[in-house]
Amino acid sequence: MAVQNELGTDTSSGRVSPFYDPRIRGIVFQAALVIFVVVLVYIGASNAIENLQSQNIASGFGFLGNTAGFAISQTLIPYSVTSTYGDAFVVGLLNTLLVAAIGIVLATILGFIIGIARLSSNWLVAKVATAYVEIVRNLPLLLQLLFWYFAVVKSLPSPRESYGPLAGIYLNIRGLFMPKPVFGPGSWLFDAAIVVAIVAIVVIWRWASQRQAATGQQFPTLWTSLALFFGLPLFALVVTGFPVTFEMPELKGFNFTGGMRMEPEFVALLLGLVIYTASFIAEIVRAGIQAVSHGQTEAAGALGFRRGLTLRLVVIPQAMRVIIPPLTNQYLNLTKNSSLAVAIGYPDLVSVFAGTVLNQTGQAVEVIFITMLVYLTISLLTSAFMNWFNLRMALVER
Amino acid sequence: MTNKFLPWLVAAALGVAATAAQADTLADVKAKGFLQCGANTGLLGFGSPDDKGEWKGFDVDFCRAIAVAIFNDPTKVKFTPLTAKERFTALQSGEVDVLVRNTTWTLSRDSQMGLIFAGVNYYDGQGFMVRKSLGISSALELSGASVCVQTGTTTELNLADYFRANGMQFNPVVFEKSDEVVQAYDAGRCDAFTTDASGLYAERLKLTNPADHMVLPEIISKEPLGPVVRQGDDKWLTIVKWTHYVMLNAEEAGVTSANVEQMKTSDNPDIKRMLGTEGTFGEPMGLTNDWGANVIAKVGNYGEVFDRNVGPETPLGISRGLNALWTKGGLQYGPPVR
Ligand SMILES: N[C@@H](CCC(=O)N[C@@H](CS)C(=O)NCC(=O)O)C(=O)O
Repeated sequence: MAVQNELGTDTSSGRVSPFYDPRIRGIVFQAALVIFVVVLVYIGASNAIENLQSQNIASGFGFLGNTAGFAISQTLIPYSVTSTYGDAFVVGLLNTLLVAAIGIVLATILGFIIGIARLSSNWLVAKVATAYVEIVRNLPLLLQLLFWYFAVVKSLPSPRESYGPLAGIYLNIRGLFMPKPVFGPGSWLFDAAIVVAIVAIVVIWRWASQRQAATGQQFPTLWTSLALFFGLPLFALVVTGFPVTFEMPELKGFNFTGGMRMEPEFVALLLGLVIYTASFIAEIVRAGIQAVSHGQTEAAGALGFRRGLTLRLVVIPQAMRVIIPPLTNQYLNLTKNSSLAVAIGYPDLVSVFAGTVLNQTGQAVEVIFITMLVYLTISLLTSAFMNWFNLRMALVER
Repeated sequence: MTNKFLPWLVAAALGVAATAAQADTLADVKAKGFLQCGANTGLLGFGSPDDKGEWKGFDVDFCRAIAVAIFNDPTKVKFTPLTAKERFTALQSGEVDVLVRNTTWTLSRDSQMGLIFAGVNYYDGQGFMVRKSLGISSALELSGASVCVQTGTTTELNLADYFRANGMQFNPVVFEKSDEVVQAYDAGRCDAFTTDASGLYAERLKLTNPADHMVLPEIISKEPLGPVVRQGDDKWLTIVKWTHYVMLNAEEAGVTSANVEQMKTSDNPDIKRMLGTEGTFGEPMGLTNDWGANVIAKVGNYGEVFDRNVGPETPLGISRGLNALWTKGGLQYGPPVR
């Protein structure tokens, strides 16, 4: 065979037979693996379908179009009892995304504060931060969630005895009720103003940092941004003659109706996830900062930088390279941990879809498959974004 | 690795039992040496472990009756505590042999899930519990209320139907575990707590102050609760079904755990057939002919099981109502043994 003929002869030229070429071998093995996996999945899927049919268990994805018939407490899209299982899926998905997105932002902020506090030269601050991390990190999340839920719920008054700190805002065991802005005709200008403001802010940030890099001149970006963000929409409102009215929450019967509402389940879940994840993020931040050579801090000191500036301009930018990859893990954890919501009655994807929908339709295989696919997709997108961010941070260094 | 193995691997991964067609649950149970019964995670009077870890309750006794029918031994049964959400998957996948967990018989559960109900051991309906201090006397006054409910139940659907049919608003607060539902209601998170009336009687005992709560008069649904098995095993279905019927017939004929030995000498042909002193009614079922007598002797007739677990003398204090025998104005009716 050709392969064997070439074996001994080709070594001098530096070329090896395709049989021994690591690149070709790699491709062949990978192709074999892909074929193997595809066949495995195919056999698995067709076998599952066959078994479900022989056991008389409904299969397929048609159920997504059937009427759901159950209610959900927190819905970001219009949803009613007559909506479909597919709508219920979207409601659950959005609730998961909502708590994960807000949770990630808050956990990052809290985690950075605590991580930096752990390194504080103030003994008390450092010890409090250490105690926080050690306690929170070492208790199971589920227990913490139940604790927060019942702590939140038990400490709030009944609707008739609501706290009303400000006109139109009420806090009670049914949630936090706020006036809801209702936009009338002409409010498109308001929406447009927000978009314009955001675009303008991005442009100004870029321009300012380029200018500073080139000339060393600074520009008050923060104040300009704030002014734009609040000023432009306000201006739009003035121009259009305030086409906004507020729908006030009102105590009717047992409860407040109208207005906007934040459920205690949402607050408890958010609180639990943020506090828990922040303790891990704090450790990552501390480790990241400590990974930056102390010489950098001393050099900054020698140049006359104050401590805060040293941290912000010298240490943290370098620490970020160490911080971001493990931070991504924490973001993924937070998102996946949000599926514990079902224990405290928050209608997330697992509770609504892998819970109620699964049970009402009995289509466990399909529902769990979709649910897994969703978490996988969210996780992959999060890591893709964080990888992109990491690359950017790495490039920024000089 | 041949592809004979692969489907099994994947099927196992997907939690799908691969050979439903040749199912012979009775033979499997006999080979195992015990019955695996899907039970409540803890519903006083119906299915919950007591302080010694021993399972007690109305549904639990039904499982014990099946175990006696097969093994003549009420201890040859193991219980798998299941939440409402887990129960059907556990039965479909073969984790349990029978599900006796206040499960409502509905068309979709009978037709889409590969399961089949083996009768009704408790006729129930859904009700509401509220605080007395709320000052309402009818479920129709509940518009705008927050209602605590357990996920994966018919309760969740009936609740939505009832409020929609009456043009009322509500806010569901849904938990997976019944303990969490009860705790949240107890903490004041909800104005009302809803489940099967039997469940209300049972869960009320867990509240901090049971006397502060009341059950509203409306019963908003039909909840025929019964044992469930997998489709495709008629022999097993027959055993589960007739275990219930033989207990009903025993009550009707006045046969109790106390007098079953004397009754074996009775001249009444109905009783003789039921207790296996005449005819061979057990063998075709794969059981012994005296299986019925054993069930009555070791577990009791339907009325005894009811009174012992949930009846007026128990903390639940439920009266027979629809669950009285048909001869006493109720719905419980056992087909004849012949
Ligand atoms: N009968 C209804 C509801 C049954 C049900 O799960 N009831 C709850 C109400 S408290 C229960 O028994 N929970 C106890 C447990 O989860 O063990 C159904 O079949 O869907």
